[in-house]
Amino acid sequence: MNTRKIVLALLTTLVCSSLMFAGTVSGKVTYTGTPVRQKPIDMSKEPSCAKQHATPITTETVVTGPNNALDNVVVYISSGAPDDGQVPTQAITYTQKGCQYVPHVLPMHVDQEFQILNDDQTSHNIHPQPKINTEWNKSQPPGTPPIKEKYDKPEFIPVKCNIHPWMHGWFVVLKTSHYDVSKEAGDFKLPNLPPGKYTITAWHEDYGTQTADVTITGNETKDVNFTFKAKAY
Amino acid sequence: MAKFFAVTIIIIAILSAIPVLRHTWDMPEDISTHGSLIDEQMTETMIEAGIAFLAAQFLLAIFIWKFSNQSPDAKIKKFPGGAKALVIAALLVVGIEVLALGVFGVKAWANVYLTPPAADAMPIQVQAGQFAFYFRYPGPDGKFGAIHPELSNEGTQNYFGLDPEHDPASRDDIVAAEMAIPVNKEIHLLMHAKDVGHSFFVRELRVQQDFVPGLDVSLHFTATKIGKYEIVCTQLCGLGHYNMKAYLNVLSQQDFDDWIKKEQAMQ
Repeated sequence: MNTRKIVLALLTTLVCSSLMFAGTVSGKVTYTGTPVRQKPIDMSKEPSCAKQHATPITTETVVTGPNNALDNVVVYISSGAPDDGQVPTQAITYTQKGCQYVPHVLPMHVDQEFQILNDDQTSHNIHPQPKINTEWNKSQPPGTPPIKEKYDKPEFIPVKCNIHPWMHGWFVVLKTSHYDVSKEAGDFKLPNLPPGKYTITAWHEDYGTQTADVTITGNETKDVNFTFKAKAY
Repeated sequence: MAKFFAVTIIIIAILSAIPVLRHTWDMPEDISTHGSLIDEQMTETMIEAGIAFLAAQFLLAIFIWKFSNQSPDAKIKKFPGGAKALVIAALLVVGIEVLALGVFGVKAWANVYLTPPAADAMPIQVQAGQFAFYFRYPGPDGKFGAIHPELSNEGTQNYFGLDPEHDPASRDDIVAAEMAIPVNKEIHLLMHAKDVGHSFFVRELRVQQDFVPGLDVSLHFTATKIGKYEIVCTQLCGLGHYNMKAYLNVLSQQDFDDWIKKEQAMQ
């Protein structure tokens, strides 16, 4: 009887402690050097989109923020995270608006459903180009319901529109739900990390991948920063 | 019944001819130096074909009127000379008509394709790919940089697969999604397809040319009127063919120089 109580008490402490102790990894992504200038996009062949942009938008291969911040970098736990297999249920959307993909980079969990919306007055034909997952392309005339899809293998998938060659974006399919995308000042945050040893990976579509190892012991916030080298061309 | 049919044929023939004779649907205005030759060729073809059409329809109506409902022992009239003579006559009539059109049309064709461009013609490269046209100007050095198909990347707008890092000639190339040209200046178009067959058609310029994958096609023309015209793809190339177009801007020399400077700054 006593042993049972002790074991129960120990178990409770362990479980509670792992729930109580949840650290955070946060930081900034920056770049050094001078990124190549992003070119303005001429949408004259699609007037309904062209008129939505008073100044033409530019390509989004390299998006920067104040103080050399580098945006659209996907930061995620590449090893050490409990692969809980639990697919997040929150709705994520990828919108075609003004003949542009919003957001430019969409991270998601394996098997998580995402929706593709067409907010434009013209048809689009979204064509993600995976090498591991199944390749497909789907036409979406204006006013039609969202396309619902999901991917079952982790991969970095470039996305293009078959009708509008300048449209480009990314689906980032990950095994983990601990991910974030750097925005504006280059900030990212990975909360709710139980104590353990983690490898954090930062991926940029043009500047490549970097990793950092970090250990969480309790409730602390660990500061991890990534610096990418800009390419001249 | 047969006589009613004969009359119907004549009415249809006349009704079809009326809009053509009255120029109800006329050709769009001609803004090129070779366009008048093509328009003349078109008119001559319509006249020859029109006369042949009306003659054939009238003859058919007359024969139906005259020879239908004949009694079974009426004599069957034969074409003088028999079948052989009929075939020879048909060959001669149709043959001469077609030959005449061909001979008179050669000049229009040669003007665009079989004569070399002027020495000071402005070269512009056109790449047709699913589903947009992109245009390249050689820039101040007058040279087009080499095309590396493996480097082409639509996401970064490197449509031609240029390698500015290793190829100095491509650094000043200007790539644009619309084609601007100065008025009254001969243009030498260098055309190639990126993927499948397409076609470049500007109706006011009287220029229509297919892109065949693997071939480098060239033609030359001169635009004579300032304005904005549509370049449409007229060769079915896939699901976006309906949406494949670009704009041709014929500008004054001054406006063109300004445009090129602006485009250069955006490269």
